[in-house]
This record gives sequence, structure tokens and C-alpha cells, in this order.
Amino acid sequence: MTQLWDFAGGIHPAENKHQSTRTPIRDAGVPELLVLPLQQHIGEPAEPLVEVGERVLKGQKLADIRSGIGVPVHAPTSGIIESITEQPVPHPSGLNDWCIVLRPDGEDQWRERQPITEYRRLEREAVLERIRESGISGMGGAGFPTNIKLRPPKDRKVDTLILNGAECEPYITADDMTMREKATKVVAGLKVMAWILRPERCVIGIEDNKPEAIEAIRAACEGTQIEVAVIPTKYPSGGEKQLIRILTGLEVPNEGIPADIGVMCQNVGTAVAVARALFEDTPLISRIVTVTGDALREPGNYEAWIGTPIEHLLTKAGVDEEKLNRLVLGGPMMGYTLTTTAVPVTKTTNCIIAATAAELPDPPTEQPCIRCGQCAEVCPMELLPQQLFWYSKSEEFEKAEHLNLFDCIECGACSYVCPSSIPLVQYYRYAKGEIRVQRAEQLKADRARERFEARKARLEREQEEKELRRKERAKAAAEAQARKQAEAEQAAETGDATDDRAAKAALVQQALERKKAKAMAGEAKPAPEQDDKPDIEALEKQLTQARSKLETMQRMLDEAKEQQADNVDKLERAVAKNHDRVTRAEQALQEARQTLSRNTENQTSD
Amino acid sequence: MAFVQQSSPHARNARPTSRVMLWVIIAALPGLLAQVGFFGWGNLINVVWCIAVALGSEAAFLALRGKPIAFFLKDNTAAVTGLLLGLSLPQFAPWWVSGIAVVTAIIIAKQLYGGLGSNPFNPAMVGYALVLISFPVAMTTNWAEPSGLFSGAPDFVDTLGRIFSASQTSVDGWTMATPLDEYKHQIASHTAAEVLNHPMFGDGIAKGWEWVNLTFLAGGLLLVFLRIITWHIPAGFLGGLAVMSLAFGSNADQYAPLTLHLLAGGTMLGAFFIATDPVSAATSHQGKLIYGAGIGILIYIIRTWGNYPDAVAFSVLLLNFAVPFIDHYTPPRTYGHHKPRRGVPGRNQG
Repeated sequence: MTQLWDFAGGIHPAENKHQSTRTPIRDAGVPELLVLPLQQHIGEPAEPLVEVGERVLKGQKLADIRSGIGVPVHAPTSGIIESITEQPVPHPSGLNDWCIVLRPDGEDQWRERQPITEYRRLEREAVLERIRESGISGMGGAGFPTNIKLRPPKDRKVDTLILNGAECEPYITADDMTMREKATKVVAGLKVMAWILRPERCVIGIEDNKPEAIEAIRAACEGTQIEVAVIPTKYPSGGEKQLIRILTGLEVPNEGIPADIGVMCQNVGTAVAVARALFEDTPLISRIVTVTGDALREPGNYEAWIGTPIEHLLTKAGVDEEKLNRLVLGGPMMGYTLTTTAVPVTKTTNCIIAATAAELPDPPTEQPCIRCGQCAEVCPMELLPQQLFWYSKSEEFEKAEHLNLFDCIECGACSYVCPSSIPLVQYYRYAKGEIRVQRAEQLKADRARERFEARKARLEREQEEKELRRKERAKAAAEAQARKQAEAEQAAETGDATDDRAAKAALVQQALERKKAKAMAGEAKPAPEQDDKPDIEALEKQLTQARSKLETMQRMLDEAKEQQADNVDKLERAVAKNHDRVTRAEQALQEARQTLSRNTENQTSD
Repeated sequence: MAFVQQSSPHARNARPTSRVMLWVIIAALPGLLAQVGFFGWGNLINVVWCIAVALGSEAAFLALRGKPIAFFLKDNTAAVTGLLLGLSLPQFAPWWVSGIAVVTAIIIAKQLYGGLGSNPFNPAMVGYALVLISFPVAMTTNWAEPSGLFSGAPDFVDTLGRIFSASQTSVDGWTMATPLDEYKHQIASHTAAEVLNHPMFGDGIAKGWEWVNLTFLAGGLLLVFLRIITWHIPAGFLGGLAVMSLAFGSNADQYAPLTLHLLAGGTMLGAFFIATDPVSAATSHQGKLIYGAGIGILIYIIRTWGNYPDAVAFSVLLLNFAVPFIDHYTPPRTYGHHKPRRGVPGRNQG
């Protein structure tokens, strides 16, 4: 028996899972067109490798990333590339994105396949590369490239590999049905991942409301060391952080990843995809989607090609368009509403709810928060939702962040129980969005400041270097002058004793050198004059500033003395200091003036 | 086809505020029944009168503020304020005393601060404290004796007449000091045994009062069971009171015994129905424990060394003041964090 821990909070919403588990997984069939978004994963979008009009084979790679993180997109069936255009994609923003549109030719003709049976004989890198080449990204929701996830940071050892079969959100049964019908594939995929990671413990967590799935997985795990942990049904037990807490008692550190505590979570759907990628050389071209809701006559789970328009699935499940009021992609707790049925199934689409107005009614009018604290009672992250709400509403984002706003997983438990029907999660999303915008702007401002400061530093450096060169030149000139004089003296002394020729040569030499030194001095001379003038101005300015500051300080000191304030001592010290400063400035100015007048005299006498 | 556009979650199963408040009213009914049983019709008349005034003044002020009247009246929070005042005021308190208490509670303590959810102080206790300070005689001489409906106490019409009569004729025959008051004053010159000889203490702890408190305790436990309140505030409240009583007042010849503290006066009503008003209470579990304990400790201090025999209203209000401070230092530890983030942004971060 696996030891289990509990996580804080949580709720028990109506499960509504039975509607879609009555029938086995059905084939969604061939839609007229397949719309394949180029970005279905976290990372860089893939770039098309095919041309419009090209015939492609089933499993052929259609797009891949050039660099960075990401996985390729494959053709779910053979057909002709109809277009590469912007199409509606499933995203909360409702925006369009680039997609490859494929018209199936009905032949379903495969490319050449090279199944791997003895993966243990391969290098782990080769297996990871096969996983990437098969376009596998996490199928639980976020869509993080699986090959990257399976390669944790070098200093992190994964001790516990968790397969997430909790599927805690109401309505969704895709993982449940996958485990019931494809248990051997689930376990085979898990074994591959375990071989890559070499964990000490391998555990599949399933909520106790899925007895059939538990039985099937237990049977498939017979004779292995894989643990099957049956966990109590409580939303959101399938949240990665919550499941890790349930199965290990550990908490993922904030701003950390599970690998920091030696844990990794993978989804059961991902495990199946890994098994198929290796043993059948089938890339991720289809997935199980729960199609449910009261507006459907035949709710159930469908195996649909990636790119199948949701409209096709709804028709297949017998949608009653009169009754359809709200179309949710994902579950009723964390899913988002769609504006159109034209969006395709992607690698992360686990559920479509075609709900009637009675099934998911509009929330009642928002009432004032009475601080009842129900939200804090159910928060699985142990936050203070009502405080976060106040601060988000009043746009005190710094305070919201201080209360760990960014630890919110947006599970919706707080909104679910709020007696004042406040859309809390919406407020948190708003606050997070605003903070991200502010951060981006701050970053931009910081960069601009850094650039400005770098430029200032460079100009100063250049000025200094110029000054240094000038000084060196002046020094060289002075030395030459001294040498010339010494030589002249020497020549004068020795000239009489030696022959005239040598004396003449020395004279010529001296003349030449004098000329050279003069040229150099002439070049160097104007510099100090130019420098001295602004010096005086600056010094004058400095003096005025120092005087005015001294006055201010004196005034403050007088006031303080009048009021017998505590800071008299401090002010007295400040006045004395400023007095010194003024004296110094005056001295400096005087010296500078003298130097200048001397320079002028020199110049005139030259 | 236009679909509904909404932010998640799409499912909700909340108990609306109106139903929460309805449960509070229901849970308080056994206590009211016990009050009527032991102290006559006074409490019931007070409750009905206070709720009527509460709804009336709330409606009037909402109209002044240009707010939807029915929408807010339906949340039942004004009714609960009226109910709590009706349950805690003396049985024969004249109509205008209870009226002023309720109007103060609704208009000054609640609506002037911005209405539901915005009041820093417990409205009912603001009203109670005001009349307690302003009309000390009316608030101390109008407590019914615990003879009950069954032994010749004034009947319904009589009581109604007393409460609503223009001139306050004495109701001496049917009123007496409360047990807490009596014990406090008599123990100075008598032994505990002598004091407890008075019939008001009955065979048990305090005739009538003990049953009223026990029924409020039962109603309060129902609220905990229904998860309308958490156990933290009542536990802190009763714990603080009990610890103080055991630490300082174990000598029954000097101080009122623990049993009297727990089962006389407004202790259980205060612990489960008044201090737990979420709007004016602390938020985190730890904060609620501290908040409750603070009230319990203050009640003991005021009852024992202060001038008032019961002290729920003052203690609750004083701790209401402390709530922002308590909340500031008692945030829970968030998942994945080593320690809670106390204080303000930029400082004391953990």
C-alpha cells in the first residue's frame, strides 16, 4: 500500500464523468479538412517543410522548428496540402495563428516506418531524439516538449517518476478511457520513460472514482515494480504540485521545478504516445478527446486526428445546436470558452463540453465580498484568495505579488465556492497580466537606462584618454626641451675644445630639435588654455551651489534651534561641512584664476 | 452561432450569502427558544422588532445611496444584525433603546462605511456598545429573571406593553441582576457558597443562562459542521477565556468560576455568532485563533477587573481594531514556500 499525503483545500464538484464513459473510445472518422497549427507546444513555433499543393504521406513531417525548443508537426493521414494560412486556433485569446491545412485523400497511405523493439540496446539520446521526432509534447494540458522534460538538469536526479492518471477535473474522461483500453501501452510508455530516467520509484496515481481504469492498470503492471496509487477523489488532485504532494509528501519549491525535489510527472496520454512512437513508429497524429455535455446526443470519447475541426466531432456526437449555449475547451474548472466550432483538435485538447444553459448557467450577479474565507479554505496552494482579490481589484499589484499571486494555479476552486459569486480567477488573471506588462516595461526602461549609462561611461572614457594623450605629448615636449638645452650646454662646453665641424653639426642638430620641439609645443599648448576656461566656469558654479546650500543649511539650523528639534547636532555638523566646502571652492577658484592669468602672460610673452 | 463567453471556472456550486445568513438565523433559533423558555417573551419581541428596524433602516439608507434595495435586503445580512441585537439586549429593554442600537448598527457601523463587506467593526456590537454606554440604567435593570414562561412571569401582551410603553414603569417584580453581575458584586463580601445560594444560580451554574448558552453552543457547532464558520475563532475565544479564568480566577471565593464565565452572559452567543462575523474578523486560521483568543482574554479582564459584568461587545470591537494588524502578521505559508510572507512588500520577505 502506497503511503499517501493530503494537500490543503480542494473541492468536490459534481463529477459528470459517467456521460462519456458509457461507450468505448470511438473513431472520429475522416474530416473534410485537417487544420494543423504550427504551434501546439510550449516553445518556438514549427516552420513548414512542405509546399502548398504537395502530396504528403501519413506520418510525414510537415513542419519542424529551426532552432530552440519545440517539436515537429506530422500529417495525420495522406493527402494534399491545401494551404498554409492563419486560421482560428484553440486559444483563450480567440486569435488566429498559422496552420497547415491538409485535405485527406482517403487512402491513409503511410510513410515508411521503422519500429524500435529493443530500445534498451540504443543510446538514451537516440530514444529521446525519436520522441522529439515523433512530435510528442505533454498531453495533459501545457504541451511542454516531452524530450526536453525527460532530460532534467544535469545536477538533478529524478528519484520518483509519477504518471498522472488522476484526471480530477469534472467531465473529462480521456485519460480514464485511455487507461481502461490501452493499459498495456500506458505501462509500456512508462517503462520507456523509466529506462531513460532510471528513477528509484515509479508510481501511477489514479483517483478512486475510476475503478475500471485502476483494475486495468493494475493488471498491466503485474510483475513490474510500478506502484499503482489509488488516491482520494478531490479536485485538483491532478494538478502537478498537488499530485506530487499526495504521492511523495514533498512540495515543489516556488519558482522551482519538480526535478528540484527529484520528482517528475508525466501524463498517461504522453506515455501512450511514447510507446507508439517507439514500437510502431507512429508520431503524435491523433489523440483521445472527451466530447461531452448535455447538448450532445452521443457524448463519449473519440480518437481524433490532430487537426480535426471541433465541428466535425460535435456533429459526430450528435450536437443539438438549439440547446448548445456554451462551448468549453477543457474542463468546467479550467477550460476556456470557444467562439467558433472551426478550431481544430490539437495535441493538448483533452475535452470539449457542449453545454446547455441549464448545465453551466451564468453566474448570479456579483455581490460584495464578505470575507467569509471559503476561498481560503479550498485553495490548494494555501493562498489568501480574498486578499488577492482586494489587491487585484484595487490594482495594488505589489501587495498581491507579495501574497504570492504568482503561485496561483488558477484551478478555480475559490470562484467555485464564492458565496458572493465573484469571478476571482478572472481578477487574478487580470492582475498577473498587468504585472507582466509592467515588468516588460520595466525591463525596457532598465535596458534604455543601461544603454544611456554605457554611452555616458564611454564618452567619459574617451575624454580621459584624450586628456592622457595630451599630457603625454606635453611631457614629451618638455623632455625634448630639457634635452636640447642640456645638449646645447654640452656643445658649448665641448665646442671650443673640438673642431668646428662638430660644433656646426651640433648647432644644426640643435636648431632642428628646437624647431621640432616648438612644433610639438605649439600643438600641445592651446589645449590647457581651452581647458582652463570652462574650469573657471565650473568652479564658479560649484561655489555658488556650495554657498546656497550653506545658506539653506544655516536656515534649517536656525529653525531647528528655535523649535529645539532633535536634529540640531546633525544640522550643525552639516553647516560646518558646507562651510568647509565653500572655503575649498573659493580657494580652488582663486588658484584657477591665477593659473589662467599666468598662462595669458606666458602666451603674450611668447 | 454565438456562444456564451465566460472566464473559468464554468461550474460553481456556492452557497450564496443569503443562504449562509439564513443558516446563521436557523442555528440561532434554539438559543432564542431557550431564552423565551426561561426569560419570557422579551427576547422574541426584541428579535422581531430589531429585525424590522434593521430591514427598514437598511432599505432607507440603500435608497438614499441609490443602491438596489431588494438585491441587498435579500442577502439577509441586515436581518442577522437585527437578530444578534435582539438576542443580546435585555429582555425588557425599551423599544427606543433597541431601536437606537439597530439604527446605529445598520447606518453608522455598516452603511456609512460602504455597506456589506466594508465595515471594519461588527455592526451589532457597535450598536450594543453605544446603548450600553448611553443608557446604562435601561441596559442593566431590564434583565428578566429566569422564572420562565411557566411560573407567572408576564405574558406576551404584558411584555409587549412593557417594552413599548411610553413611560418606563418599573418592572421590578420580574427583573434582576444577571448572574455575572451578581457574583461579581457579592463575592467581595461573601463566600462562593453564600453567593451561589441565591436562586438565580439554580441547581447548576446559572439558572436559565446555562441552557441558553448550551443551545447557542449547539447552534454554533451546527455552523461549524456546515462549514459556515471555522472552529478557530470560537476555540480561541473560549480557550482564551478559560485559560485566563484558570490562571487568575481559580479561587471561587474571589473570582467567578470558569463554569459561570463559559455558561452565563453572552459567552456562547459571542463565541459562535458574534465574533465569527467574517467581515470584521481576521482571515487566516492562525489570525482567527489569535483574534478569538484576544477577545476571550479581554472578556475575562473586563468582566473581572473592569466596570462591566459582561464584555463581549467591547472585546469584539477592540479586536476588530486589531484585525488589520493581525492579518498583516499571520498570512498562511503558501505551498512550496519555506515560510509565510509577512509584513509589507519589499520587507521581511520569506
